Order: sequence, then structure tokens, then C-alpha cells
Amino acid sequence: MVLINVVMGTLTAWVLVRYPFPGKGFVNALIDLPFAVPTVVTGVMLVALYGPSSTLGAILGKYGLGVIYQQPGIVLALLFVSYPFVIRSVQPVLHGLDGAEEEAAATLGASEWTTFWRITLPTLWPSIVTGAALSFSRALGEFGSVVMVAGNRPMSTKTAPMYIFGEIESGRRAEAMVVSTVLLACSLGILIALNLLQRRKGETLAR
Amino acid sequence: MPAESPSTAPLVLARPKALPLGRWFLTGIVLIWFAILILVPSIALVKRALDGGWGPFVSALMSEDAQRAFGLTLGITAIATVINMVFGLGFAIVLVRQKFWGKALADGLVDMPFAVSPIIAGLMLIVLYGPTGLFGPMIEKTGFRVVYALPGMVLASLFVTLPFVVREVVPVLREFGVEQEEVAYTLGAGRWRTFVRVTLPSIRWGLAYGVTLTIARSLGEFGALLVVSGNILGRTQTATLYVHDQIESFHPEGAYAASVVLAGASFLLLVGMEALRSRVAANEGH
Repeated sequence: MVLINVVMGTLTAWVLVRYPFPGKGFVNALIDLPFAVPTVVTGVMLVALYGPSSTLGAILGKYGLGVIYQQPGIVLALLFVSYPFVIRSVQPVLHGLDGAEEEAAATLGASEWTTFWRITLPTLWPSIVTGAALSFSRALGEFGSVVMVAGNRPMSTKTAPMYIFGEIESGRRAEAMVVSTVLLACSLGILIALNLLQRRKGETLAR
Repeated sequence: MPAESPSTAPLVLARPKALPLGRWFLTGIVLIWFAILILVPSIALVKRALDGGWGPFVSALMSEDAQRAFGLTLGITAIATVINMVFGLGFAIVLVRQKFWGKALADGLVDMPFAVSPIIAGLMLIVLYGPTGLFGPMIEKTGFRVVYALPGMVLASLFVTLPFVVREVVPVLREFGVEQEEVAYTLGAGRWRTFVRVTLPSIRWGLAYGVTLTIARSLGEFGALLVVSGNILGRTQTATLYVHDQIESFHPEGAYAASVVLAGASFLLLVGMEALRSRVAANEGH
């Protein structure tokens, strides 16, 4: 999930910054939609589109490709809610690049691909990692959209936040606290790592 | 060309002889991905909500439960936004202007609500204020309920939206510096007057942006509220909980209608945010 987001997010940021195309402002504004839309509504959207009672869902179901109440639905929901992170962290850096180094590489005979691989990507790397870590931690804790599309079947479509919620509902608070602590530790770890990364980036810039 | 300004550089880079095929290909992939992920589900939702025409759509929204749920959501959002605006502003000012022990820690911990799963946020509140929680029995004795009641839900919204105002105001405030305030002091203005006439106007766009984010988030908050509220029909059911409830009880029409309203509201907020963001950018520009 994070992998898809990293590749598509970087690509999207690249296209948004570098290539002009009609409707760009529209796309650029709607990128943030997953941040603004309530997560429950995200889930409802996916149910409306892929649910068993919809046309698309019925066609997919015929071929045995269930999306809703299955793992693909969860992946789709997580992709939706974490879509903007990588784009939004890569975009400003890409904007800030003035292209001088890339042009130098091109003058020296490097192909576009080599230029991207050897010059542009290393510059973008920290921001890609930041975006990836943010979307990872968001996906870890995501609940609202997942609860709508996952059938909550143990071992197959039950994510950690759903497990916690189930334990709270059935009055087993101790179990819920244990899992919560693990999740909390994970997301705090990511947060601290990001802070360190940013501090280091600040130092490199200051030099 | 080192003198090239950033805004014109991409144009220079896009050499006409570089094959445009690859560029169209990449743009195509990105647009298709965007459409599949964002656009198509949004359109599907609107289409499903209006499947039976406007009549059922309106009547689903007019039902008493839906009305109460939306009312409650608006109420909680209003309270949480006002509180967080005041405290977020104070917090930001303290973080930027004061030096105190543990400042780095406080700075880091402000972001915690972003990293914590909303479910866990709700669980924390229950552990603290629940009937068997740490402070629960004490509060219960005074006849005041927090969990499974409005105060708990407001607390949950406050928790998840705490970082927005702080995070938006801090950089603006840092950029602004203290010179203009010092000038105001020298000219004989009091502390309060300086704040209202000098500081506040200069940070107003950052503040407005943070407030918009806060509103959007508390309108749509679900996980934390689900845990804290107990979801008592008509009493602690917010709009998002209502959507969830309608799907669970196989009344998708109600869920679709309410979702469209929520999505529409967040879309409007998004448009507002874009406008604000350009204002903020323009403000920082000069």
C-alpha cells in the first residue's frame, strides 16, 4: 500500500509540477479531498461504487473479485485516505528545484532517465520518505473508512484499530489497552523518526 | 542558467524535442489513477444518493434522527473550534515566544493527535473519565457525566483537532518576529492593544486556515466519537455516527444522503482552504 503510494505519489507530484495540462488546477485542488472528507464518507463512497448492490460490484462479483468486505476494499480505502501525503510532501521540494543541476546533467549528455535517477531523485528522497512515513502511520490507525468496507471477519479483514474497538465494545478493556499501546508505540516511533529526519535536513540546509 | 527563477525553469526544461509521448503517457497514468481513486468513488456516491430522485434524498435528510445528528455535529464542531482557536493561539504564542523547560517535548507532543489512531484517542478518554476510570468515579459523584455524553465528545474532538491551529500559527508567528510589537510598545500601546491591533492582524490568515482545518476535521471525526459517545440514538449520535449506523442497519439511502451532505460540506471547506492558502502564501510573500 505504502509502496503504491510512494510510486504514484511521486509521479503525481512530478506531473503536477512539471507538465502543463488542461484541468490542472482542478486536479491539484481535489488532491486534498481525502484529507477533508470524513473517513466514514470515504467508506460509504467505496460501498456505493463497489458494493454488491452496485453495477460495478455485481460485475466484479461475477468473476469472483469481491472488493467490499474483502481485503481489496481495505487496501482501496487506505490508498484513498493516504493519497495526498506523498504528493504534498514532494511537491514543494520539486517546486523549489530550479532545474539548473538537471540542465547541467542534460548538457553533459545524460539522458532524461539518468538525470532523473542520478540528480532529481536523490534530492527528493527525504521528502518521499517523510510522505511515506506519514501515510504509513495514517494507514496504521485508520478506522472510519475501513470499518465501513471490511466485513470485520477475524483473521481476514480485521485490522488492529477494529480489533481494539471490538475489545472495548465487549468490555475487555485490558486487551484493548495492550494492542493500543503497541499501535501507539509504532506511531510515536514514526513521529520521532520524522522529527529527527527533519532536524538533520535542516542542518544540511544550514551548512 | 543560475539566474533562472524557479517559476520559469520548468518551461525551459520542457524541451520541445524531448519526445512528448512519454510526457503524455505519464500525465495519462496520473490522471487515470486520480480518477479511479478519487473522482469515480465521489461521483458514484452522488449518483447513488440521487438514485430515486430528489424526493427520497430530501426525505432521508429530513428524518428526525438525521436532523438531530447533524445538529449535534454542528454543536460539537462549534464548541471544539472556539476552544481550540483560543487555546491553540495561546499555545502557539507560548511555544514561539517563551523559553521553558521541556519546550522541545511539548513541541513534539502537540503533533501526537495526528499520529494516534482515533480509536485509541477514544480509549484514552474512557480510561481517564469512564465509570471505572481514573477520574471517572470522582466526577460521577458530582452528577456530571463525561463519557457517553456531550462533554466526552467535545473532549474527543478537541483532542483530535488540537494540532491544527498550533501548527498553522507557529510558523507565521515565528516569521513575524517581535519588532513591530516592540514598536507598538514604544509608542505607548498596552499589551492587549498591541495583541489585538498588531499581532492578531498579522497572523489572521494562518489562524483562519488552522480554524478551517479544525472545522473540517471535527465535522468528520468518527473513530474517537464512536468509542466515547456510546452512540445513543438521538442523544449522542453525530452525523458520521448516523452514517455508520444507517449502513449497519441496512438503510443505505439515509447513509448516502447524509454522506453527500458531509462530503459537500468538506468540499466547500476545501475550496475555502485553497483560497486561504493562496492568501497565506501571498502574505508570506511580501
